Formats: sequence, C-alpha cells, structure tokens
Amino acid sequence: MFKVLKYVALDIFRNKIIIAYTLMLALFSWSAFALEDNVAKGLLTELNIILLTVPLFSVLFSTIYVYNSSEFIELLVSHPVKRNVIWTALFVGLSLSMVGAFIISTGIPIIIFADFATGLMMIVAGSVLSVIFVAIAFLSSIMARDKAKGIGISIILWLYFALLFDGLVLFLFLQFSDYPIEKFVVMLSALSPIDLCRILVLLRLDVSAMMGMTGAVFKDFFGTGGGLAVSFLLLLMWIAVPYGISLRKFKHRDL
Amino acid sequence: MIEIKNVSKKFGKLQALDKLNLTLQQGECVALIGPNGCGKTTLIKSILGMVLPDEGEIIFNGKSIKHDINYRNEIGYMPQIGRYPENMTIGQVLELIKGIRDGHQETDKELYEQFLIATMLEKKMRTLSGGTTQKVSAVLAFLFRPKVLILDEPTAGLDPIAALILKDKILKAKEQGCLILITSHLLNELEDIVSEILFMQEGKLILHDSVDRLKELTGEDSIARSIVHLLKENGHV
Repeated sequence: MFKVLKYVALDIFRNKIIIAYTLMLALFSWSAFALEDNVAKGLLTELNIILLTVPLFSVLFSTIYVYNSSEFIELLVSHPVKRNVIWTALFVGLSLSMVGAFIISTGIPIIIFADFATGLMMIVAGSVLSVIFVAIAFLSSIMARDKAKGIGISIILWLYFALLFDGLVLFLFLQFSDYPIEKFVVMLSALSPIDLCRILVLLRLDVSAMMGMTGAVFKDFFGTGGGLAVSFLLLLMWIAVPYGISLRKFKHRDL
Repeated sequence: MIEIKNVSKKFGKLQALDKLNLTLQQGECVALIGPNGCGKTTLIKSILGMVLPDEGEIIFNGKSIKHDINYRNEIGYMPQIGRYPENMTIGQVLELIKGIRDGHQETDKELYEQFLIATMLEKKMRTLSGGTTQKVSAVLAFLFRPKVLILDEPTAGLDPIAALILKDKILKAKEQGCLILITSHLLNELEDIVSEILFMQEGKLILHDSVDRLKELTGEDSIARSIVHLLKENGHV
C-alpha cells in the first residue's frame, strides 16, 4: 500500500498544475485579507473561495488524474497488488495533495487573520470539501469509460452542488414561504455538502442573525454540539458513499 | 497447474469466451492461436485477473484465483501493447514493480543486460518507441524468474536481433520447466519453441493437442500447414 501510495504522491507533487493551484489560492487568500480593511469581509471572500473554487479544482483535477492513471492501474493489476490497494492509494494520494495544497495556500492566512475557532472551522470545511470532491471525482470517472464524458459528469455534479442546489432550495423557500418549512430546509441542506459547509461556517461568522427565522433554526440545530456532530457525520458520509460505490465498481471492472 | 473450468465472458453482445475448459501443466510450452478477436487476449487477461469472467472458475495450483492475488507472484506477463505511466522513466517503472513484488529471490537480469536497458533508465516511457516499450515489457516479464510465463504477441514490434534474444530466453525458460503460454500470429516463429497447440475460434476451444501428434495426425511437417490441414478437414475454414 505505502509503496503504491509513495509513487502516486510523488507523481502528483511533481505535477506543475498542483503547484500553480497552490500559488493561485495563496495569492487570492493573502490579497483577500490584505486588501480588505476588516477581517470579516476578508473571511467572506475566503468562504467563497472555499465553497466554489476549491471543490471545482478538486473534482476536475482528480477526474482527469484518475483517467490519466489508467496505464498505471493496468500495469499494477497484472502484478500481485490488490485492486482496492491501487484505488485507495490513488484516492489517498489525491486527497492528501488537495488538502495539503489547500492548507498551505489558504489555511496559513486564515489562521493568521481570523480568530482561531472560526479559522479552524473554515480550514476543516475546506479540507473536507476537497476530499468530498475527490470522492465525487472517483465516482464520475468510474461511471464513464470515456474521458470527456467523465469530466462532463464531474462538472455537472459540481454545478449542481455549488449553484443549482442553492437555487432549488431558494425556490422552495419562496414557494412555500407561508408554511413553517425551516426544519425541512435544515434537512434539505444536508443533501449538499457545499451548503452544509456554508451553514457551518456562516454560523461561526455571526452573520446568521441576518438570515432571520431560518438562521435561528439553523443556529438551534447546527450550533449545538449534537448538531455539529451530525453534520460532520453527514460530511464523512459524503466522502464514504461516493468513494465506496466507486471502489465496488472498480473491483468488478474489466481492464 | 492452470485449470480453466467452464469460463464464459461476454462484452456486450460479443461472446469473448464461451464455456471454455482447459488444463495447462507445468513444463508445457503452449501456443495460443486463432483469428483476431477470438478471445485469446481475454483468456490471458482472465488468467491474470484483469478481466473477471461472468461464469466459471480459474484454478491456479489448486486454488481459485477469485479472491487471491499472491498467485500472480508466479506469473510473468508480457502484454501485447504495454501501457505504462507516461511520466515515469524506465528506471522508475522497474523500481516500482520490484518494490511491489517481494524481492526475496535474485532477479533475472539477463534480458535487462542484453537489451541494454541500463543505458536508457532515465528515458520517460512516453518517449519510447513501440519496440523499446516491448523490451521493457519483456524485461519485466522475466525479471522475477516466474514459473509461468504469459506472452501476448511477444515479438511484435521488436527488431530481428531483439526478437532472437527474446526467443532464446523463452527457450531457456522452457528448459527450466516453466509453463509458457504464448500467442502469436507468426506460426513459423513458434515452430521450434512450442510443444502444444491451442486453437481458439469465437471464444471456443477448437483444438488442444501436442505439436508432434498434430503433425503425425495430419502428415504435414510444419505447424502452420498441419493446422490449416486440420481446419479444412473439420470445415472451420
């Protein structure tokens, strides 16, 4: 396992795109705090980077990387290496490098400028989102043999979670605004990892007060220790389920 | 040593393997022949666990290969078209595979030296010609002194000298008692190597016999002629 992981990790770290991504994120993050005179504004900019850019890069890079690893996979499969070792090594390697790039570029300025608890929540959210979208990338790349199709699925999933889902929730909210659907919305938010992370971080930023009644319900649920535990459990599920499905499919795939 | 029991595999509508039964013994040198798309590579990939059969069982040394990977320690495989990670150098590929196989025994460096791989260790796999890639595949197949050699079109793309070196190496492995499964379209090239013939067509095994018996039966003096003779007789051609 470690030998395979070592080769995967070395290969990813040598990749110039990952370095460019780290530098770009670092540039955005430092300028977000340096250009804004107040930290809260900087944090909101950061939040947008975490919720949009990080998942997009994570899912795209991983999908393409998995497709480009087909030769590597084929080479190893004819040798005494278990299939789940190969797949897990790829997953862990990609996750580690995504999280590593995120923490180096964005984590450092956040810890320096934000207060510790909020900063920690943002870093955890960004790291977990990186891994979740690596898992989603694995799922979409095992679903289609064709590279263009796989990348297409990845982009659609990202669009859905990052933009469409939010729109749907808002639409429901407006349509049923006469009814007490706040609790329902809390449940609904669990269906998108990005929304879940957004809520978790926003509650920390104390702007939840601006979200009115829903904000209060959110605070009631996600602000408590139990709610926090449940939401992290949900986030872990967002890693485990797509990755688990992809692993099952990979084990039964003809190479 | 390798037992294939009732193995079937379908790719969509194409029946690549059709209830195949086959037993291969240690020390045999088997030529697997048949028209394009008759299921040769599928059979080989099934033995290696790269393709998972829909039905049936493959038994290696008395153990089903279904949930086992260790049996692959005994196999050296040379693919028809070797596909390697493009950014890795030859040296890195060799290191990777050495790291994966538990390197208890001394590796077989003969082909490595004869193909002058040491002079190209820094070359990236992407930049290699088809023939050089085949040389790397050959070195990897023989490196761990496997008891079973599976060679899919081994000499395709190799220059005549390299092909000769490889052929000598195969003969040596045969003398050492390896089981060798070899596919090739160049029948006369197999002439002095193989002892058994397997002929496949549309996923079915048409013929499995020793070369001597085959020649005796048909009265022809070369493998190619005797197979054509037999196929004509049976109405397959």
